[in-house]
Amino acid sequence: MQAFTTLTAVAAPLPEANIDTDKIIPARFLKTIQRSGLGKNAFDAMRYNPDGTEKPDFVLNREPYRHAQILITHENFGCGSSREHAPWALLDFGIRCVIAPSFADIFHNNCFKNGILPIRLPREICDALMEDAAQGANSRLTVDLERQVVVRPDGEEIAFEVDALRRHLLLEGLDDIGQTLQHAPAIERFEQAREAAPWVPSIVL
Amino acid sequence: MPTLFDKIWAAHVVDRLEDGTAILYIDRHLVHEVTSPQAFEGLRASGRRLRRPDATIAVADHNVPTVDRSMPIEEPQSRLQIETLERNVAEFGVPYFPLRSREQGIVHIIGPEQGISLPGMTIVCGDSHTSTHGALGALAFGIGTSEVEHVMATQTLLQKPAKNMRIRVEGDLAPGVTAKDVMLAIIGTIGTAGGTGHVIEFAGSAIRGLDMAGRMTICNMSIEAGARAGLVAPDDTTFAYVKGRPFAPKGEAFDRAVEYWRSLHSDPDAVFDTEVDLRAEDIAPLVTWGTSPEDVVAITGIVPDPAAAADEARRAQMQRMLDYMGLSAGQKLAEVPVDAVFIGSCTNGRIEDMRAAAAIARGRHVAPGVRAMVVPGSGLVKQQAEQEGLDRVFLEAGFEWREAGCSMCLGMNPDKLTPGQRCASTSNRNFEGRQGPGGRTHLLSPAMAAAAAVTGRLCDVRELV
Ligand code: SF4
Repeated sequence: MQAFTTLTAVAAPLPEANIDTDKIIPARFLKTIQRSGLGKNAFDAMRYNPDGTEKPDFVLNREPYRHAQILITHENFGCGSSREHAPWALLDFGIRCVIAPSFADIFHNNCFKNGILPIRLPREICDALMEDAAQGANSRLTVDLERQVVVRPDGEEIAFEVDALRRHLLLEGLDDIGQTLQHAPAIERFEQAREAAPWVPSIVL
Repeated sequence: MPTLFDKIWAAHVVDRLEDGTAILYIDRHLVHEVTSPQAFEGLRASGRRLRRPDATIAVADHNVPTVDRSMPIEEPQSRLQIETLERNVAEFGVPYFPLRSREQGIVHIIGPEQGISLPGMTIVCGDSHTSTHGALGALAFGIGTSEVEHVMATQTLLQKPAKNMRIRVEGDLAPGVTAKDVMLAIIGTIGTAGGTGHVIEFAGSAIRGLDMAGRMTICNMSIEAGARAGLVAPDDTTFAYVKGRPFAPKGEAFDRAVEYWRSLHSDPDAVFDTEVDLRAEDIAPLVTWGTSPEDVVAITGIVPDPAAAADEARRAQMQRMLDYMGLSAGQKLAEVPVDAVFIGSCTNGRIEDMRAAAAIARGRHVAPGVRAMVVPGSGLVKQQAEQEGLDRVFLEAGFEWREAGCSMCLGMNPDKLTPGQRCASTSNRNFEGRQGPGGRTHLLSPAMAAAAAVTGRLCDVRELV
């Protein structure tokens, strides 16, 4: 996993609430058996006409937002299906950070596991950051995970909260499995203690 | 004093990280073809083994065609995903129900059906509707593919406890009102973000009075209410359902299990972070009018007017939904014509759902121009329905009777809506394009779906009984 420390990048405003994972990546693109390559279909229905041509008005089809690495949006981003293809699609497009007033739980979790930083900030602040983002190429935002601040183009710093463990893993680019396996002896003890429990029989076909 | 969720949680904490995050033991890992390939790929790449094949079960459901199983799968990417799953389960020794076996079906139908999902367990799957299994009194929730890989490698997950919510539905349901209507009413009340961060325990006499199929319908859509999981405390209805299932404990082991399962309930003085109460009598047969499961209205009602919305954002959102759905404010729901009807999915693809739909279809005929399909949730549901003669009822009434799978619940296999088509569907999501690009979905109960099929419009099932 790629570490996340500080990111200075173009931010794209997407002022819409309840963007679900079907919108982020429609089900028909989930047939891949790999993690990469989904970026071209991120936000497919919002981004393309039925004939495959781009919708010129959609933010990610415009300069400089084609190169956005930060997305600013409204409430309940990532609701709906638990598909991890949603963060994979964002990541493959180039998005490393999503800022919104709230996120759906599973999506929020999945972001961290893929090196994307989801930041919760109040609606008014998201709206202010969207105004910054609307300034285009001249208004890049900086997201500093070490110091837990978003830096606006005018230098103002906005603090954000992030779970300490998630922050640590992101900063180090560490994967969860390696960390959990350090607790393998405890897992074994748990399994041994439960071996006789009749309510968890083995599945043997 | 602990809630049901607290008890199951406490019984599965293996260890804690410095910041208090729990390492939670997972009893059952259900695997399907869409969210597992990248996890197996990760396992292989890091040289890790699958820790407990005997706690894992795999099946293909999402993109399987629901036509005759002797035909090859035409769509190359679907075929590749299924072949990849078959290669992976062979390599890692995972129990698997092959596509041509009777036991194949939607993962959330077959877990309970096989007795693989049991009370008191922690159950996960790379699929949000894993919440279905909570109906047994298990803590069951959907996970992402990185977590699928984490469970494969460690049989655990890193988790923070959820908040506790209790939704009580007291009283008696009116005739024609089903578990599906109860759940749509709940989502209509608390909204699609109402359960965020919570595990919902469904309680009250109306929930207790439901059979297991109904409880599964309710828990299934917990995710549409924003919750991590849904739960119903196990009781005699649960134990009777579990008894004798292929992978459930047998004989004396079953009795000892029941003894333990009886301890799984919220204590009388348990404290919930959030409580919601509904009266069963207030619930009517419902149908969705918009593109979010919270946009519900009684079938006797009218399409709401965006002009009456509380704020500008909601007004704009409602207008967008109406445009997408091809509806106008004030229109009577019961006069909206449908092009397609889908009866199936992990929400309503069980034998009880087939029976409810067949009771309406019997002796009637699908309206001209309507395509109506019935898709059993598993091969065993199909077999049972055929033994009861339900396939004849459907076929004689002009419904299609298909092989088990997710089918038209999502636009991922050949069963899809075409742009602009309107569908009365027993599935769980009415998002834009969910049943195929441009498709319009109205969520409702199996009986209401059958009523729509035979009348050619959204229809109050009570007109037909
Ligand atoms: S039936 Fe629908 S909701 Fe259920 S697992 Fe299949 S696709 Fe998901």
